[in-house]
Amino acid sequence: MTDACKEPIIEIADLHVAFDNVPALHGVDLSLRRGESVGMVGESGCGKSVTWLAALGLLPQRAQISGSVRLAGEELLHEPASRLDKVRGGRIAMIFQDPASALNPVQKVGDQIIEVLRLHRGMERHAARAEARRLFDQVGIPDPARRLDAYPHEFSGGQNQRIMIAMALAGRPEILIADEPTTALDVTIQAQILDLLQQIQREMGMALVLISHDLGIIGELCERVLVLYAGRVVEEAPVDRLFAQPHHPYTQGLLKALPSLETKPHRLVAIPGVVPSATDLPMGCAFAPRCAQRVERCGEWASELASIPNEGRHKAACLHVASELAPAEVVAA
Amino acid sequence: MARFVAIRLARALLTIGMVVTFAFVVLRASGDPARAMLSPETPAAAVEAFRKAWGLDAPVGVQYARYVLAIVQGDLGQSMRDGRAAITVVAERIPVTLMLTGPALALNLLLGIPAGIYAALKHGRLADRLVMAIAVAGFTVPSFVLGLVLVLAFAVELPWFPSGGAGTLRQLVLPVVTLGLGGAAVLARFTRSAMLEVLGQSYIRTASAKGVPWRGVVTGHALPNAAIPVLTIVGFMVGNLIAGTVLVESVFSWPGVGSLLVVSVVSRDLAVVQCILLVVAAAMIVTNVSVDLLYGVLDPRLRDASYPIGGA
Amino acid sequence: MMAAPLLRAEGLVRRYRLRQGVFRHPVTVKAVDSLSLSVARGETLGIVGESGCGKSTTGRLLAGLEPPDSGTISFGGEPLPAAGHARWRRLRTRIQMVFQDPLGALDRRLTIGEQIAEPLEIHRLGSKSERADRVKTLLVDVGLRPDHGARYPHELSGGQRQRAVLARALATDPDLIVCDEPVSALDVSIQAQVINLLADLKEQRRMAMIFISHDLRVVRQISDRIAVMYLGVIVEEGDPNLVLRDPLHPYSQALISAVPTPGAGRRRDRTVLQGDPPNPAARPRGCAFHPRCPAALPVCAQLAPELTSAGEGRRVACHLVEAAGEGRKETV
Repeated sequence: MTDACKEPIIEIADLHVAFDNVPALHGVDLSLRRGESVGMVGESGCGKSVTWLAALGLLPQRAQISGSVRLAGEELLHEPASRLDKVRGGRIAMIFQDPASALNPVQKVGDQIIEVLRLHRGMERHAARAEARRLFDQVGIPDPARRLDAYPHEFSGGQNQRIMIAMALAGRPEILIADEPTTALDVTIQAQILDLLQQIQREMGMALVLISHDLGIIGELCERVLVLYAGRVVEEAPVDRLFAQPHHPYTQGLLKALPSLETKPHRLVAIPGVVPSATDLPMGCAFAPRCAQRVERCGEWASELASIPNEGRHKAACLHVASELAPAEVVAA
Repeated sequence: MARFVAIRLARALLTIGMVVTFAFVVLRASGDPARAMLSPETPAAAVEAFRKAWGLDAPVGVQYARYVLAIVQGDLGQSMRDGRAAITVVAERIPVTLMLTGPALALNLLLGIPAGIYAALKHGRLADRLVMAIAVAGFTVPSFVLGLVLVLAFAVELPWFPSGGAGTLRQLVLPVVTLGLGGAAVLARFTRSAMLEVLGQSYIRTASAKGVPWRGVVTGHALPNAAIPVLTIVGFMVGNLIAGTVLVESVFSWPGVGSLLVVSVVSRDLAVVQCILLVVAAAMIVTNVSVDLLYGVLDPRLRDASYPIGGA
Repeated sequence: MMAAPLLRAEGLVRRYRLRQGVFRHPVTVKAVDSLSLSVARGETLGIVGESGCGKSTTGRLLAGLEPPDSGTISFGGEPLPAAGHARWRRLRTRIQMVFQDPLGALDRRLTIGEQIAEPLEIHRLGSKSERADRVKTLLVDVGLRPDHGARYPHELSGGQRQRAVLARALATDPDLIVCDEPVSALDVSIQAQVINLLADLKEQRRMAMIFISHDLRVVRQISDRIAVMYLGVIVEEGDPNLVLRDPLHPYSQALISAVPTPGAGRRRDRTVLQGDPPNPAARPRGCAFHPRCPAALPVCAQLAPELTSAGEGRRVACHLVEAAGEGRKETV
């Protein structure tokens, strides 16, 4: 790994988001190095998508945002739209869940890609079309010259996601944010898309952020994982370490609640209770009411990510880790 | 395609058939044309002669058969009032009416659609509420009330415009505003909700995430999609305009098809009434077919025969 | 297979007519194509497959919610009556269905308790006070509190709603419950709660279940036997451990290898199927899977393989497996 790879390309610090004074994000910190692949996992409403929509100014205007988002040292938050428009689709591209509805249904897919090429690479129509053809080829759409003139409804879900990827690549991004890119797709098509993402990430050397509720997908594609719960990062670790030695009780619970084909059939260990609603968050650690390792102090402790001793790259936001009260080991169910 | 055309054609013929029958039944059931046309002092023999001359003495079934047969042969009959061919009487009024409905439709579209788009873009803010409040007022006030108010305000109190008649541009203003304002209000409300719906779609977020400037997102991505549902309403507007014409022409004594219809109904001038209804039906059919074809232009999904609509 | 299965389906076919485009050409789509299966009392059959494979249609056919175009279904030894029939209404107490979206399945204007009591009232089971007691018991059985009965659907979380739907399905003590993607809309931590609940319920009540899902991991967790479907037919069926550990049909192999597994690291050895998911409106000749099959033979494009016993209670529909000689060539 060269030095250039180690420097962070984007740094999010203390990002807070609230909608109508109801907080959705409580201070997220995240830094991403060039070429790195990071996964963000969590259940619905945990803030994994909101983080990036806020960073790119894609949230509705009523969202109240504070903190800092620095792209290669330059602040993005609260920048004018004209500057963000240069970044969005250019240096940072984003693809979404359900590709069929993420593409404009009344515009030819080729024109939707050409739009990016003209905006970010200043290409004139003829050159842009040739480049769009090349991109279609790169993401594996057969017969690109003809298919550029087709509309989204003429493609399958998997093909539409390939088109979304081609559109994202068109601006030659340094960072690709994939928000649940395969959730709406069938398993065999999901495998195709994940392969494609991995392949282009390597070819283009761009950083990849994979947002997913599925730890399995994150494990296959990412080097590092952030686990989010109720608007906070509760654990951050290299992917192998997270699976081998999860420290936060929520991560431990998620892994045990996941059925698997690899292990012998066993009763799942479910996390009791439900995710608290944003309007009614418990004091202290938001996970405490569902946590088997809860102690009294959890209810007043200000949740904060802390490094695991002797493991600088592994952090968890748990009182037990912060105070080393108890070895954060797997607790018997 | 052939199937499509055949179905549309059959439907159009059915509609016209129903209109023709409806006109015949209603006008025959509501009074004797001879009595309505001739003055009460007309001697009985003259009334009989009038009846005989217009075929009104035959049984109703025979009258209906003669009438339908004549229409099929392209003969729409003669006006009982001045004896000219009904089609001629109606045809000379059509341009006069179009002079009213054309600008009124333009007012519908040019005022209603931009107002709706503007309100949607300012969603939830003062501007949005203001535009919508005006729109609600605009379509709750019936057009004859609006017409009378306009006459009182701008022809009587402030004598800026004439209160009636046709021929000059100034005479056009009040009737066009009366006829066009209600439709513009309906269209504004509908365009706003169509835009709001579209602006919430995932592909709008995609366009912003691509770095398309907001103006481009609205014009390039939101408007073409919002146009599809708005088109449906524009189809209805044309129908409303035709209905509104009857009222507005009477209020402003505009010598178009609408006031001709009123006069002809009152005097039981059957052939002319039937001819007008046929023209209106034809106009509606042409409008509907145009709307259907425009759908295909706006929405590629409808152009494609293999795309399932509400499949299983 | 046991002497008298609870449910037996033979040669089920279900076609849909779709009208398409401006010009509305009708197209016939075969959603289920001569499908045969059986479920024993107390057994859970898992049905897996991707979108468009006909698994949901199969579920509705087996629950008697829609009639097959041809083929027969018998339940408890008698043919399934036609909808609207008095016998069909009685059958509703014995077969229940649970869908993916609990909010859509519940009436927002009625309390949870009223909705659970509804099937009891419709079928006139018990007195008023007996029904009230039964509702409380059912709520506790599905892991809710008795006071949840007084709440409205929107006052419950997604997982609680699905529990309420289950309580209503269980009200009449059915012999068979057909679950179509019952946990797909739920978050992982809640999903595990509902899966455990289903496993407990079938254990306690000795009730048969048909569990339909696209998620192999979930299906495996709960099923005694699984059937893999592709374009309206079962391509492999048998014990979950056999089918999932050592799949014989090339489609099952691809499906299983496509399942991402946490902690397995970056696997590069999986079979990634090429091509698009199949379109039921354009079903290929022969074996429906042959255009995407990495091992297709010329015969696969000509002849549809039969579901044939492959030993150890497993059935597979594949020419390759048959040719390998392991198939005992007897159609079950």
